[in-house]
Amino acid sequence: MIRHIEVRTGTYHDSVTLMQVSQAVQGEDGVGAALVAMATQLNLDLLAGMGFEPPSAGPNDLVVGITADDDAALGRALVRLEAALSAGGSGGGSEGGGFDAAPPRSVGSAARRDGATVAFVSTPGPYAFVDAMDALQHGLQVVVFSDNVPVEQEVRLKREAAERGLLVMGPDCGTAVVGGVGFGFANVVRPGPVGVVAASGTGAQQLLALIDGAGVGISHCLGVGGRDLSAEVGGASTLAALDLLADDDATEVVVVVSKPPAPEVADAVRERTEKLGKPVVLALLGPGRPDLTAVAETVVTTAGAEWAPPRSWPSTAPGAGPYPFVRGLYAGGTLCDEAMLLVSAEFGPVRSNIPLAPAWALEPDLRADGHTMIDFGDDTLTRGRPHPMIDNSLRIERLLAEARDPSCGVVLLDVVLGHGAHPDPAGELAPAIVRARNVAGSRGRDLAVVVALIGTDADPQRLDDQARALRDAGASVQLSNAAAAREAVALVRDGADG
Amino acid sequence: MADLLNDEPRVVSAGVDLFAAALVAQAVPVTTVDWRPPVDGTSDDLVRVLADPRRPEANELALTRMLEAGAELVDVRPAREVLGLEPGQFLHAGPPVTWERASGPLRGALIGATLFEGLAPTASAAESLLAAGSSVEWGPCHDRGGVGPMAGVVSPSMWLFELADPASGRTAWCSLNEGLGAVLRYGAYGPEVIERLRWMADVLGPLLQAAVRRGGPVDVKAIVAQMVQMGDEGHNRNRAGTLMLLRDLLPAMVDSGAPSSDVAAAAAFIGGNDHFFLNLVMPAGKLQTAAAAGIPGSSVVTTMARNGTDFGIQVSGTGSAWFTAPANTPVGMYLGAYGPDDANPDIGDSAITETIGLGGFAMAAAPAIVRFVGGSVPDALATSRLMYEITVGENPAYAFPILEFRGAPTGIDITLVARTGVLPQINTGIAGRVAGTGQVGAGLVQPPMDCFTAALSALAAAVPPPPAPE
Repeated sequence: MIRHIEVRTGTYHDSVTLMQVSQAVQGEDGVGAALVAMATQLNLDLLAGMGFEPPSAGPNDLVVGITADDDAALGRALVRLEAALSAGGSGGGSEGGGFDAAPPRSVGSAARRDGATVAFVSTPGPYAFVDAMDALQHGLQVVVFSDNVPVEQEVRLKREAAERGLLVMGPDCGTAVVGGVGFGFANVVRPGPVGVVAASGTGAQQLLALIDGAGVGISHCLGVGGRDLSAEVGGASTLAALDLLADDDATEVVVVVSKPPAPEVADAVRERTEKLGKPVVLALLGPGRPDLTAVAETVVTTAGAEWAPPRSWPSTAPGAGPYPFVRGLYAGGTLCDEAMLLVSAEFGPVRSNIPLAPAWALEPDLRADGHTMIDFGDDTLTRGRPHPMIDNSLRIERLLAEARDPSCGVVLLDVVLGHGAHPDPAGELAPAIVRARNVAGSRGRDLAVVVALIGTDADPQRLDDQARALRDAGASVQLSNAAAAREAVALVRDGADG
Repeated sequence: MADLLNDEPRVVSAGVDLFAAALVAQAVPVTTVDWRPPVDGTSDDLVRVLADPRRPEANELALTRMLEAGAELVDVRPAREVLGLEPGQFLHAGPPVTWERASGPLRGALIGATLFEGLAPTASAAESLLAAGSSVEWGPCHDRGGVGPMAGVVSPSMWLFELADPASGRTAWCSLNEGLGAVLRYGAYGPEVIERLRWMADVLGPLLQAAVRRGGPVDVKAIVAQMVQMGDEGHNRNRAGTLMLLRDLLPAMVDSGAPSSDVAAAAAFIGGNDHFFLNLVMPAGKLQTAAAAGIPGSSVVTTMARNGTDFGIQVSGTGSAWFTAPANTPVGMYLGAYGPDDANPDIGDSAITETIGLGGFAMAAAPAIVRFVGGSVPDALATSRLMYEITVGENPAYAFPILEFRGAPTGIDITLVARTGVLPQINTGIAGRVAGTGQVGAGLVQPPMDCFTAALSALAAAVPPPPAPE
């Protein structure tokens, strides 16, 4: 076997493009493994895990690690690498030979050229502040998708936005829907009377999907970032978003979704909602509070529509418990939280990288212990890597590891559809679920897989097709994450007949 | 201000291409930024400088002042009168430099100036005098409010163009252009060089003085505006500008009462030297940049200058501090048998033209010289367009017809240089490495990135701490 490693300086591609390049290179005959990535610490560690001596390179350098059977295979891999890199290229333009203008190099330059109204910033966290500030200073509304942005930078951005009468959605705003246009990870929803202010990306997506599923439409969904209601940020964007929705003729009912805010911020938000002049559903998620599905029900009935429980596709595989522990492998942090609340209410401690209680924190190696739920979308796991809603590889790896672990009874997965998400997640996850169930089966166990499928009928991935593919792989599929978590609880509690 | 909830969005996307594609799939107009990480080690400084609440207005003010500055040729006088220079005092291009570190062309020019001033009988005696440094001193032209081309050496007996900004009353100056080849500014100091300097001090200077005083101020800014539309970029090509100046001065020169042979010689000298007007573009640029200097919080570059050893820049928000790094050597075309081995590192205050959006920034305006500076016409357009990516605004007074009369890219912003990694493009002459050689070629050069990152650090350090939370 040949190991090829090289470092390229002065070239940058985003992590999603590089994931696609890596996969293209991996697909060549005779190629064992391929990692084409920016040389962040995480990626250097991955290289070391592949058996490479990590090169000396920084996060602005591109590193290529390929293992191949022979020279011919490596040659094919490198040809493929060049082709994929040049096809993927960032920005989509040349250096500007010819008479056409080259693409803009900064948000400000782009704004000046094309009279833009909104900036969508998804640059790596350490750089996002500069791009977002540039956007604000050029008079643009901003969606900051990037995570890993220091909180003091968030405060500064939101102060600038307030002074300029603009809205900053984020940082770490995974989802926004403004006038029907989805930013980041966004489901395709019908227009209607419900306005959403969300300090949670996947929480917003679950709400959007369930409300739309009940036949009620959405006016806007303004993401504000998971920290907006903290004491430091003080609800700056939440309050600004409420003001916008108060003045919006299309919005008749408002829902605010967040983790429990800092008390003084909660007061400010409550005070504002009381004066909004429109019904407001304040959904502050936490122990003993209504789950997202219950919130959706309240919203739907407040909007004057009928509520019916979300659809489900029960597993066709016969159950054969016992099912010792639940293992949640989540892409969405809020969905992971919600599932942990439901599982821990029944069984006590749930170990996690985003634990409900500090004592329940997982070790850094994320080894499973009892009931365990991992948020693969957490900041520390997405540094220099695509989000798990785009890249299923880490979760699939973990799914197969759980299949080999006799203490794992039920795997709980979220599959999130919509713009920005993987174009066919079931296409990757369904075969992995089959493999995992076979691995467990070959060891004499039944591995139950319960999927929370977050999506709408209009999403580009086709909700029904995704649900069927997952069910046909042996999973049980629920459109409600809370229902999925309850099903996992029932399986553990009741054994085979959950 | 866009109405977020009601206007059709037009989006700028920076970062993950997939999300831009998702917006395009929703039929939203999207402009994708060709984003790349900032220059290594600059992220923290960028955050601090971008967070400075003074910066947007400070840069706006810097740009406004640069655009509003005018430039008129008001007099021609010896340096001893304009600056009070004494014998043994010299000025030079670029940031400060000692004799030990001075490049060949700067040493050659100082030797020539010492001979011209009669401070030493021979070149070697002049060299000893300068190396000893006891009775001589020198400093940057920029620090005295003026600019010098190439070595930029100015001595008390040399004559200067004096320009004034009618708006502010501020003045700036530059030496008279000596022509091409073996000339003092390129480090040559042979007898013909000294002879020419004497003629310039005895005949050309007084004649120009008489013409300017008689004919009244010459609107240099207006000539620059016209030359840019006539195929000059104002740094390596000044042909149209030179002829327009001559057209303005000639009647008064003829009418001055000077011997017609002197007038003829002066007219032939000016008309035969396509770069004569460069020495007026430069101080016009100095007036423009000086107007923008010293604005707290501004990240706009007010000086780019080289002494043949170091490249130095000054930034509005950090006042007169120089940020230097070793100068690069230009790449270009060579005269006669000279080649790259003969080239000295970048030298001269003439990068003031790029600092105001001319020269390399105005390549789109000068297709006639694109080969001379190593490229094709599309390259020229691409170069000018790329410079808009690192500038805060445009100068409508200096408009490029081929870019639909877009104004010159004006006000280099060090934060944009650090964010994009794009360096200012400079057109320049190439001086011989060895003192006494003169010009060996002309071409293109870029400043070292370290000047910009060092300036950015200093600007970041000067940002006031954020207000304490209420």
